[in-house]
Amino acid sequence: METIENLTIDRSKEPLKKEDFVSDQMVKWCPGCGGHAILAAVANVFPKIGYRKENFTLVSGIGCSSRFPYYVNTYGFHGIHGRAHAIATGVKIANPHLSVWITSGDGDSMAIGGNHFIHIIRRNVDVNILLFNNEIYGLTKGQYSPTTALGTVTKTSPYGTIEHPFNPGELIMGAQGTFFARVPDTNVKLMTDVMFEAAKHDGTSVVEILENCVIFADNVHCQITAKDVRDDNQVILENGKPMIFGKERNKGIRLNGTKLEVVTIGEKGITEKDLLVHDQYEKDPGVHLMLAKMSLPNYPVAMGVIRSAAFPTYDDLMEESIEKAKQTSSIRCVDDLLNSGDVIEI
Amino acid sequence: MENKSKVVEHDDVVIKFVGDSGDGMQLIGTLFSETAALVGNDIATFPDFPAEIRAPQNTIAGVSGFQVRFGKNKINTPGDLCDVLVAMNPASLKANLKWAKKGGTILVNSNTFEPKILEKSGFNTNPLEDNSLIDYNLIIAPMTFLTKEAVKDMGLDNKTVEKSKNMFALGMIFYLFSMPLDNAKKFYVKKFKKKPSVTEMNTIVLEAGYSYADTIEAISTQIKVPPAQIEKARYRNITGNVAVAWGFLAASERSKRPLFLGSYPITPATEILMELAKHKYLGTKVVQAEDEIAGICSAIGASFAGSLAVTTTSGPGLSLKTEALGLAVITELPLVVVNVQRGGPSTGLPTKSEQSDLYMSLFGRNGEAPLIIIAASSPANCFDYAYMACKLSMEHMTPVILLTEGYLGFGSQLMKIPKVADLPSINPPIAEPNEPDYKPYRRNPETLARRWAIPGTEGLRHRVGGLEKEDIYGNVSMDPSNHETMVRLRNEKVERVANYIPEQDLNGASTGDLLVVSWGSTYGVIDAAVGQLQKEGKKISHAHFHYISPLPKNTEKILKGFKKVVVCELNAGQFVNYLRMKFPENQYLQYNKVQGLPFITNELTDKFNELLAE
Repeated sequence: METIENLTIDRSKEPLKKEDFVSDQMVKWCPGCGGHAILAAVANVFPKIGYRKENFTLVSGIGCSSRFPYYVNTYGFHGIHGRAHAIATGVKIANPHLSVWITSGDGDSMAIGGNHFIHIIRRNVDVNILLFNNEIYGLTKGQYSPTTALGTVTKTSPYGTIEHPFNPGELIMGAQGTFFARVPDTNVKLMTDVMFEAAKHDGTSVVEILENCVIFADNVHCQITAKDVRDDNQVILENGKPMIFGKERNKGIRLNGTKLEVVTIGEKGITEKDLLVHDQYEKDPGVHLMLAKMSLPNYPVAMGVIRSAAFPTYDDLMEESIEKAKQTSSIRCVDDLLNSGDVIEI
Repeated sequence: MENKSKVVEHDDVVIKFVGDSGDGMQLIGTLFSETAALVGNDIATFPDFPAEIRAPQNTIAGVSGFQVRFGKNKINTPGDLCDVLVAMNPASLKANLKWAKKGGTILVNSNTFEPKILEKSGFNTNPLEDNSLIDYNLIIAPMTFLTKEAVKDMGLDNKTVEKSKNMFALGMIFYLFSMPLDNAKKFYVKKFKKKPSVTEMNTIVLEAGYSYADTIEAISTQIKVPPAQIEKARYRNITGNVAVAWGFLAASERSKRPLFLGSYPITPATEILMELAKHKYLGTKVVQAEDEIAGICSAIGASFAGSLAVTTTSGPGLSLKTEALGLAVITELPLVVVNVQRGGPSTGLPTKSEQSDLYMSLFGRNGEAPLIIIAASSPANCFDYAYMACKLSMEHMTPVILLTEGYLGFGSQLMKIPKVADLPSINPPIAEPNEPDYKPYRRNPETLARRWAIPGTEGLRHRVGGLEKEDIYGNVSMDPSNHETMVRLRNEKVERVANYIPEQDLNGASTGDLLVVSWGSTYGVIDAAVGQLQKEGKKISHAHFHYISPLPKNTEKILKGFKKVVVCELNAGQFVNYLRMKFPENQYLQYNKVQGLPFITNELTDKFNELLAE
């Protein structure tokens, strides 16, 4: 892993360890909850990112995911349902020298907080969103969420849901997202790498974590994540490399006309050269959107960094416009302002 | 230009300019007010416009108005009945005749009094011809025609020319009050730098109006209002909304906390957002949020990160912000919420003024969620109370609701220009790096405010949030007795603010027959009504409240000094019920008006006389 170039956020003078970020609070997630793995990945990645520990700030909304800030020893703000994105926007704009991380769930971000979610992405505020997608409301004990698959039986859909779920990647790119990655909670190494990439990205980064809720949606992602199927059902994207997957590493993705297609290397004259080479930095989201939308059974599910495109961030533009205004205005303080324009002497 | 007529002196004059929404009434009202201020009069203004941008022409719904009061004494209100009504079309006359003083002057543009337009405005006969305006000094001027005549050689298109008829009216009014034309001319030179022909046209029309007024017999007397005998100082004309914005800027500079505004456009509060967006060069960060909730939540985030954070809204917006206000209460972070009140409930009367959000400010949150409530009472003192809201919010680590009203936000007044260094100091309790034994909910023993430990500061990492926290240590706590302790502490913290605000003052003796109690925008008119009765020797006094939660410490003592107490409000009785709750042993009478309109002096004096006679 390379180091992160960020001129805005101060780096720690001494190397940091996992222990520097462990809080003294008891972690109260269920045994077997995906949250534990995500916490482990965050504890791995924060020291690697290398910023001063006081410069990390965690912001959350409501739900199991949103207890996260209590379990990490940084500055933290546990907000209200759906509003983490709006709160974090204020934190980052007020102080761009902070590395701001949001932990949120599928209900928090895509139902009650849907508006704030799309707008923080549209603005490209430089924050990192960890989206715990377990396709269920956990803390309220098992109601369907905006990502629950059509027809799923839950406590509020005893006859199966009749709602079409969101694909988070599709929503993020629709909102002009500049960074989107997906990881399963079963792969802490990949999660750590992807979080590092997210930290490196200037702008809003969203990491969708396919999280298992052991109580209310157990095995909801097992078709993707189970040991016996994962190699065939996931394609782990690496920038600059052809998209190869499968137990035998003989399957690949190619572009056929305007669609992606799964092919087998060695069949019908297909070689590695025919496969799509991943370019996460491409500004046009076309292929990224197709990759994000790939789903079983016709396609493997794309993992890793799907999109990481460079666009100006809101917080940078804010600072720049203030500097510009300062250069062109003759008013230096409030007394100047009070005495500017039409002043009347009586 | 030579004067043909006599000149009489008046202490105080109210003019109302009314016309179609597109007739430029706001502009000539503003230009007249500025000129009055420049010749040394004190002024107060109020625009009165419909909720629609351009309602159908020549209908009552489309009438737009601008009222200005100017005089030689201190002016606290734009006044109620007008001495001069300038009506550019029949609909505006119809809608505003009730505001014209009997015996006052009405100036009309007679070219618009045509059968079709009269019918559209609901007139069966032409009021200029049917003697219905016999009680007024009626001045009839064919303004559209004369405007066209004045500039017919300039080769301009009809539409542009017709638009400038408002300047003809202004010219006539300037003549009536023998005021100089320079300021209005200067405005056009500045505004149409690149279109000298438009500047020239407006100047010619303005002068034509002035000369026309000089020649007609209907104006036989000019009115002179002597310069104001107010404190010699530097002043500026300022609306309440701009004054709020500037109060925030001053508080930010004085407290050395960067200013952050998160806000969503809503009438009548939007101007505060627009005003602060202008002043980026002072380092202000303004976010136009995606909704009202994001407005307040981004402000809470900014406050956590160490900014002086504010959010601005009006009634329905405050409804949306209530959950987040509770978050600011429990996290004990500074936050100022401005509510420029309008008529409610729901969308209600967006452009009309009302005082009906007091209950929501006091009680509109889940749980025990006390906070500070302050109310400004004039456009100019919106500056002072916005400043105080910031000071109290930061020093006491609590959200503050600042209540103003559409009437204050849109209204303007001369404000004495303060020096920032002379404003009270602001000392937020910011925690130092590596402060020994820092705990998130350890409190100042006097104020009970916790420390403001700002992310990035070494040695103070901590978590706050909407879940109840353990006293002192700040860990999540569901402990029953801890919850009660925290509820009581948060309440006591707000109660103790009473030790840091001025005592309630009183206009008049501290004992008497009748105490008039009020708050918000009604100060000027109630003060005038009470003053009138005091001159007549009545034992009446007036207490106008700016600090509502907590109330000043001497409130009960003041109430007890009078045989009767009447609380006057532009709502169905919210402050009066709050007083009934706080001091139940007192008796309270109430006088309420909920029409989206301010009180008028006469209705108040009538009511007070009635109560004094009983």
